[in-house]
Amino acid sequence: MITKRIIPCLDVKEGRVVKGIQFLGLRDAGDPVELAAFYDREGADELVFLDISASHEGRKTMVEVVKSVAASLAIPFTVGGGINSLEDMKRILRAGADKVSLNTAAVVNPDLISEGARFFGTQCIVVAIDAKYDEEIGTWMVYTHGGRAKTDKTAVAWAQEAVKRGAGEILLTSMDSDGEKQGFNLELTSAVSNAVSVPVIASGGAGNAEHFYDAFSRGKADAALAASIFHYKETSVKEVKNFLLSRGVNIR
Amino acid sequence: MIGIVDYGMGNLFSVSKALERLGADYFLSSDPEKLAEAKAILLPGVGAFKDAMDQLNALGLTPFLKDYALSGRPLLGICLGMQLLFENSDEYGFAEGLSLLPGTIRHFPGVDADGNTYKVPHMGWNKLKYQVPSPLLNGIEESHVYFVHSYLAKTDSEMINASAVYGEEVPAIVSRNNVMGMQFHPEKSGETGMALLRNFINLSESKVTL
Repeated sequence: MITKRIIPCLDVKEGRVVKGIQFLGLRDAGDPVELAAFYDREGADELVFLDISASHEGRKTMVEVVKSVAASLAIPFTVGGGINSLEDMKRILRAGADKVSLNTAAVVNPDLISEGARFFGTQCIVVAIDAKYDEEIGTWMVYTHGGRAKTDKTAVAWAQEAVKRGAGEILLTSMDSDGEKQGFNLELTSAVSNAVSVPVIASGGAGNAEHFYDAFSRGKADAALAASIFHYKETSVKEVKNFLLSRGVNIR
Repeated sequence: MIGIVDYGMGNLFSVSKALERLGADYFLSSDPEKLAEAKAILLPGVGAFKDAMDQLNALGLTPFLKDYALSGRPLLGICLGMQLLFENSDEYGFAEGLSLLPGTIRHFPGVDADGNTYKVPHMGWNKLKYQVPSPLLNGIEESHVYFVHSYLAKTDSEMINASAVYGEEVPAIVSRNNVMGMQFHPEKSGETGMALLRNFINLSESKVTL
């Protein structure tokens, strides 16, 4: 049987990992390759790099980061952030990334999903969805531009459309849960996971190992992503995996 | 020297770097004449089956690969590269493959024998279960490797060296004599993947014989 995946997420700006990462024993806490290697040793199943560079130069640097990570590690990784065209996808995938993640660009131009899937195969195309609950409508709505712009799409319907267009995986972030450390949004995650035929990565809200268990059991997630709790060593990938094993979850 | 077939179908970088880390000599080429000199051939690939075969045909690599297989030297296909070794696929319309191994490539049905649905693509780490012995498996324990695919091979059980369970028995490592394939990505499968590639390099250097 396939295992549930634990995925640390690293924010990269102008080629350096940012968002305060507290590790002991690393020469340079901002070096993406060193951090990737650290998580690989800890048993991370996959990594996500989110390019938050504001400049064109920063984006070019990301290609170099991808090359160095791919050159030194035998672990799959996804790159998201600032991927707006088939050319952008080509650059990142040819540099050695396994998947690209599309967010705002996919909402603005859904054809991008189909084009990417047709060219590279659906397994390379992740669609990232930022979702927030709307009390009035009574469901989760999709936000773009880093959560700043609300769209008229519901998370479930957009996930289904993305998959129909060729998304091979959905990276689902709950804006309500993100940063709260109170656990993944299980209702949102299971609603989307049940609605699509591709794997769903739960994101936003991880605070401890039990939250991962909940994401897989009640949330029906296939993978779970976290950033700060790993970066700040509140828990480790190893600890989370040991806990999951003790609860009978299939883990690598 | 291991020749990596460069035919425009994705991620050659990772697999090249994996060989580099293992200390193997390799070169990338799309030229059948150059590739013919290689001691072993590695056929990687991501993307769609039909596009890949169109590329191989356009570059004159189809007859080359068939001749190479007959030469008895090791030929390893990875992921889509493995699928191309079979007879045909129905991905984006029917396409003929290299027919170096018996069998066909079909989409995961998404429903198992008991009627339970499962997600497609088969994406993530799955455990290998050894079947017919192969020198590729020498010294390696049954462990997890990284899969990403929506299509699987339907082939005879005697071709299958290792499988993984995902809705059904999925061929993971296949071979017939010198023609070998891995459905998962050894270059992305941590230490186990590197050990499998090491064994392939040993075959190419005739340290182990088939």
